[in-house]
Amino acid sequence: MMTVIIVLGVIALIIVLMYNSLIAKKNQVENIFGGVDAVLKKRYDLIPNLVASVSRYMEHEKSILEKVTALRAEANKPNLSDKEKIDLDSKITSALGSIMVAVENYPDLKANENVMNLQHNLTEIESQISAARRAYNQAVTDYNNAIEMFPTNFVASFMSLSKKDVFVISEDERQNVNVREMFKS
Amino acid sequence: MKSISHLTDFYYNTLYPTLQELEEERRALKDKIVKIGIVIIVIALVILYFLTNGLKSINPDTIIFFVFALAAGGGFLYKLMVKDYASSFKTKVIEPLIHEIDNNLRYNPTYMIEEHVFRNSKLFTNKVDRYSGNDYVTGTIDSVDIRFSDVHAEQKHKDSKGRTSWSTIFKGLFIVTSFNKHFSNSTIILPDSAEGIFGSLIGNWLQSNNFTREQLVKMDDPEFEKEFVVYGSDQIEARYILTHSMMKRILDLKKKTGQPVYLSFINGEMNLAIEYNKDLFEPSVFRSLLEYKVAMEYVKTLQLTIAIIEELKLNQRLWSKR
Repeated sequence: MMTVIIVLGVIALIIVLMYNSLIAKKNQVENIFGGVDAVLKKRYDLIPNLVASVSRYMEHEKSILEKVTALRAEANKPNLSDKEKIDLDSKITSALGSIMVAVENYPDLKANENVMNLQHNLTEIESQISAARRAYNQAVTDYNNAIEMFPTNFVASFMSLSKKDVFVISEDERQNVNVREMFKS
Repeated sequence: MKSISHLTDFYYNTLYPTLQELEEERRALKDKIVKIGIVIIVIALVILYFLTNGLKSINPDTIIFFVFALAAGGGFLYKLMVKDYASSFKTKVIEPLIHEIDNNLRYNPTYMIEEHVFRNSKLFTNKVDRYSGNDYVTGTIDSVDIRFSDVHAEQKHKDSKGRTSWSTIFKGLFIVTSFNKHFSNSTIILPDSAEGIFGSLIGNWLQSNNFTREQLVKMDDPEFEKEFVVYGSDQIEARYILTHSMMKRILDLKKKTGQPVYLSFINGEMNLAIEYNKDLFEPSVFRSLLEYKVAMEYVKTLQLTIAIIEELKLNQRLWSKR
């Protein structure tokens, strides 16, 4: 009788520990997503200023500017899911990238102090976003591993936890050169 | 930054007259030490002979005590005799070398990185009971503040019989520099011992349950992750500091020094400890300063330490601080 109680106690303890570690991992993901969200917002706030500064010069790139503005409006909508935010982020990153490349074709714009300042801020925020994405991806990987690996997968399916998406980190972001190149004049 | 070959030329050309002077001093000192050493050993043997009643009643305890006393006394005497030579070596060789690397640098042979800086770096969690150091260098290169010195931190142990012993926590170079990004939390990078011994799965588990440290930060560079373990209070900030290129540079630095490397980012500064396990920039009485290997040790260590600013690209200011 005694041994049965001890065995049941140990099993219960293991389940509690697994449950708690899964909750901790899930909270870590949410916690870090909060950080990601905060830096993404910082970038969204820069966009109107950027568009206003460059639109006078950039006649041929009107469509990109409109696209960025539209994306920003979309990103500022309430009740977006994490996945939607992640998708929007990658679109905005590539659109901003093409604006920055286009700036190179306008010597007046490149020399404009306001634009230079914006570029600097954008570079800085870009590096913060990159750090936040990597932190988020690691937390998601830990979480996904836990809900797929034995034996925590049983507890996870019982808790109806599902896999989460990671940010796609582009190859040039890994190299960390895209923004640096722009500063070379 | 001056190259190693430039500094080697400087050592053998500009410093040559000084080196020859010192070499003479060294030879005379060496002869003196050898003579005094022989005299002391002879006297010691005579005393031992009488103590043991003409070697009839040899007690192992007496012998051990005798050897220890001789070693301690001899070591003390050696340091005392070498002191003048060491200090003239430092002002005549090390100081000019440092100025040749960069004229902005100032050198103080007796000062050291302050103990509170060492403690606040959070690199070593053991309690520091004895702290010493020397060869302090400070200055600004490429608008990066750098200061470093030799450091020796020890911990005191008492065994059940009340005997005290000392163990080394860290012995080597301790470097403090300003950093080109703003940060408000702490990030600590240590050599990875657990993963090496226990493999990645158990090692990782041990690291994430290290109660003397903050959160484990897993890095997305496998090579870096194999060599180092990162702890920090902010997962995002740790990665903001440790970009992919920064991790590569730290790995390169570790390869170049060939010694264990500890880094921490705290209070806006970078602390870097390189464990050489010996007192650097000290002359040896028994080896010539003109020997290439001896010269290279001084030149290389100094050049490498000051080149850390370039090596880790701390002088690149395109991020938050302009």
